[in-house]
Amino acid sequence: MPDSLRLALAIAAKDIRAELRSRTALQSALVFAALVLVVFNFARDPTVLSATDLAASVLWVTFALAAMVALNRAFNVERENAALDGLLLAPVPREALFLGKLLANLAFVGTVELVTLPLFTLFFNVSLGAALPGLVGVMALATIGFVSIGTIFSAMAVRTRFAELLLPVLLLPFMVPPLIAAVQVTSRLLSGRPLSEMWGWLRLLALYDIVFVTLCMLVFSAVVDE
Amino acid sequence: MLRLLAGLMRPTAGEIRVLGRPLTRGEARTRRAIGLLSHQSFLYDDLTLLENLTFAARLYGLERPGELAAAALDHAGLGDRLGEVPRRLSRGLTQRAAIARALIHDPRVLLLDEPFTGLDANAADRLRADLHTRLGHGLGVVLVTHHLAEAWDLASRVAVLVEGRWAAYEPRAGALETFLPRYLGLIGA
Repeated sequence: MPDSLRLALAIAAKDIRAELRSRTALQSALVFAALVLVVFNFARDPTVLSATDLAASVLWVTFALAAMVALNRAFNVERENAALDGLLLAPVPREALFLGKLLANLAFVGTVELVTLPLFTLFFNVSLGAALPGLVGVMALATIGFVSIGTIFSAMAVRTRFAELLLPVLLLPFMVPPLIAAVQVTSRLLSGRPLSEMWGWLRLLALYDIVFVTLCMLVFSAVVDE
Repeated sequence: MLRLLAGLMRPTAGEIRVLGRPLTRGEARTRRAIGLLSHQSFLYDDLTLLENLTFAARLYGLERPGELAAAALDHAGLGDRLGEVPRRLSRGLTQRAAIARALIHDPRVLLLDEPFTGLDANAADRLRADLHTRLGHGLGVVLVTHHLAEAWDLASRVAVLVEGRWAAYEPRAGALETFLPRYLGLIGA
């Protein structure tokens, strides 16, 4: 296994182990996601707006907000006892460091999404059925894009006094393109439309992932090094 | 200064060379040779001491990281606390764990910032003896302290930094008592 990949996996495993022990990010993100779903469910007037019309938007708003909660912790854990200095001091390529943090964040946000999905079907009475594989695919594509941006902004924000405030301000504009594409695809999937109608949006998501994962990996060093 | 020497900060002018090689970000061999003990422990509060040091050993690409970590903690007198998390430890025990972390990859250059802080007399003596042994084996040490007595016997050269500028840099000679009046004059005490 190449050294960079081995180091990235070690960093991701460390983050996951620390999170499993503290459960701060996962628990707060899950509670937050459930709360958003409850609020949307009871705020909707079913005689005016059907569940299917609203479902895709609600699902992605929930995912995006819950991801923000989870991403806030990504580099907070490195702030304790200046642990980030310990990482930067070691002979670890910055690309490996970014990849490790990205993998850990994907695991957190992916877990939140997978737990939220059954709650969503319950609250909105949506039957996923044949749409499930496609939905999981679009969840993966969209999540990789905004989590890679979230990882780099989290590294940027953590050195400031207002990290929790700064992260959403920086991240939300960049989340818009993948969220629009994800909502469009999800809405069509839930309506039982054929996959051929969605290729354009899926290509946009894939392109977004390739561009931003590469870009984030390249600029990460400039963000973390003084 | 230690952050510059460790490569954690970029100098605005000049170049830093460690073991004759320029300290650049991509140069893993030079970075691997450096150990740093700062005011902060670099330990994760949610991981046990053993997990913390095993992770540090992995970052340096060491073989059998778990065994090395356990041995390093044992050497630091923390062999019976492998499963404890740093936030439950006293200042002195945390300092011992931080020292073990800084030394785990057997660095050739060790940067120490007030290394005796929080240590009890026994642990301080043990660290001093350990540093003496390592110095004998060719380790280079840069030790920053406000308490000259703690480090005087370890030093081969003495430097005094006043408001970011070198006020003195010379071989250590004689007893601390003979240097002390000059030192107090340099720092304006």
